[in-house]
Amino acid sequence: MEKLENKIRTLRADFPIIKNSGYAYLDNAATTQKPVQVLEAEREYYEKRNANPFRGVYDLSEAATEAYERARARTAAFIHAGKAEEIVFTRNASESLNLIAYSYGLSCLKPGDELVVSVMEHHSNFLPWKMVAERTGATLRQLKCAPDGEITQEHLAEVLNEHTRLVALTQTSNIFGRVNDLRSIARQVHAVGAVLVADGAQSVPHMPVDVQSLDVDFLVFSGHKMLAPMGIGVLYGKYELLEKMPPFLSGGEMIETVHWDSVRYASVPHKFEAGTVNAGGAVALAAAMDYIEGVGFDVIHAQEQRLTALAMEEMRDTPGISIIGSENPREHMGIITFLVEGVHPHDVASILSAEGICVRAGHHCAQPLMDHLGIFSTTRASFYFYNTEEEVRRFTDTLRTIRRQMGYGE
Amino acid sequence: MENKNFYNEILTDHNLHPIHKHQLENPDLVLEGVNPTCGDDIWLQMKITDGIITDGSFVGDGCAISQASADIMLELVIGKPVEEAKRLAEMFFKMIKGGATDEEIDILEEAGALQDIAHMPARVKCAVLGWHTMEEILKQKEESNQ
Repeated sequence: MEKLENKIRTLRADFPIIKNSGYAYLDNAATTQKPVQVLEAEREYYEKRNANPFRGVYDLSEAATEAYERARARTAAFIHAGKAEEIVFTRNASESLNLIAYSYGLSCLKPGDELVVSVMEHHSNFLPWKMVAERTGATLRQLKCAPDGEITQEHLAEVLNEHTRLVALTQTSNIFGRVNDLRSIARQVHAVGAVLVADGAQSVPHMPVDVQSLDVDFLVFSGHKMLAPMGIGVLYGKYELLEKMPPFLSGGEMIETVHWDSVRYASVPHKFEAGTVNAGGAVALAAAMDYIEGVGFDVIHAQEQRLTALAMEEMRDTPGISIIGSENPREHMGIITFLVEGVHPHDVASILSAEGICVRAGHHCAQPLMDHLGIFSTTRASFYFYNTEEEVRRFTDTLRTIRRQMGYGE
Repeated sequence: MENKNFYNEILTDHNLHPIHKHQLENPDLVLEGVNPTCGDDIWLQMKITDGIITDGSFVGDGCAISQASADIMLELVIGKPVEEAKRLAEMFFKMIKGGATDEEIDILEEAGALQDIAHMPARVKCAVLGWHTMEEILKQKEESNQ
């Protein structure tokens, strides 16, 4: 335990915002802070290797291309994809999901087909499918969860049938923090001949993810939630699916030949990467993956678990606080969404902010889940490995004073 | 990180024990105001006779700042001429932008308790919700009179 805290203390020195500000940054499910190693990797790319990738025949452009493609291979290795070509770089998880919806969804679905989307999805993994259903005439079906966030095999079996073409499901909900068992869900989904689109935005930064072993058809995630800069995201897709999908955006660098009357598109993955790519971002993302693996998922998991267990224990002892989802800290992946009785979540967040504690308040871009749970909005604290016991105690100590500050006698 | 806690007693008291949060019987004017950031949603109701705000109330849900601010506003404007209410609203917006004088803040009476919101850009919309809704109601009233 002592050793873990020492290690965390050393790691914190890599994060300028954490080192230089007094903030207790507990909004990691929204975005994480960036270590100097990642910032330096991006800077080094622009200082030493920058040219437009794929365009030039000169050395510098080749260096840029090589750096960008190395980042793709690094990403493939990080999520255990079979080949680098199965990785498409995007701006973020939202763009990745839109790519699948506009390309795969619009071209493969027709009236009578069914799309299944879970009620716990972020709007990013709901609205694109709603659009696909509206445009193709396919039916959108809701996959429900229990109040603790569990999706049961039985309920999934009820919703799936021979008309199901696609299931969109998050690996970890940004409200519950609970991990869905994608491996067994993928088996059920494949048994009816549908594909599984998995949102890994909240899971990939926190746990080892092996797309081949999970057997998901698509997996998306954002760089900025895993130490990388904003503006770089990932779409993983099985090669044979990507190959038959039409392009999403068209333009430069996604073609082989263009004539007035005919176009031949580039092969996977380049046909999905129109325009000049975010090479600096991709290089920084690869550096973030190096950093995360350097820390180790065992350390990340141990620290997040320790903090979550401590926070939940302290919160349970505080009158008027209720936690959304499971009572078991092991089913929270560092995410604690909660309510303070009689106090609006934005007021909770403002009072915490007055103590330099950063948490999120609102509907967390998951309004259908809020409706399902019968609540309007909540406050959420979310941890990453660099958070400390001291920060968690600062958070829970302030929580204890909130109802009193808002005029309730204890 | 400098961030004074602005949840003072005036604010929390108007939030927990509002004076004007109820349905008004036969209001002349009713208007909904919504702030999507916090999900604040209020219905402002008013009675106006001969250019005087004779009664007012609000119902709805929202954060403490939106609810207290609407209650304080009604306490201030009920019994006053419409023109005076409009002037007070202007003064309130000026204060929230951080530009009101001490005299103006005095004139705003209890609404002065919300002056620190000027340092909280994320919460400004909550504080001005009731006031903007009143401004809109008074504008509609004026237009219907013409």
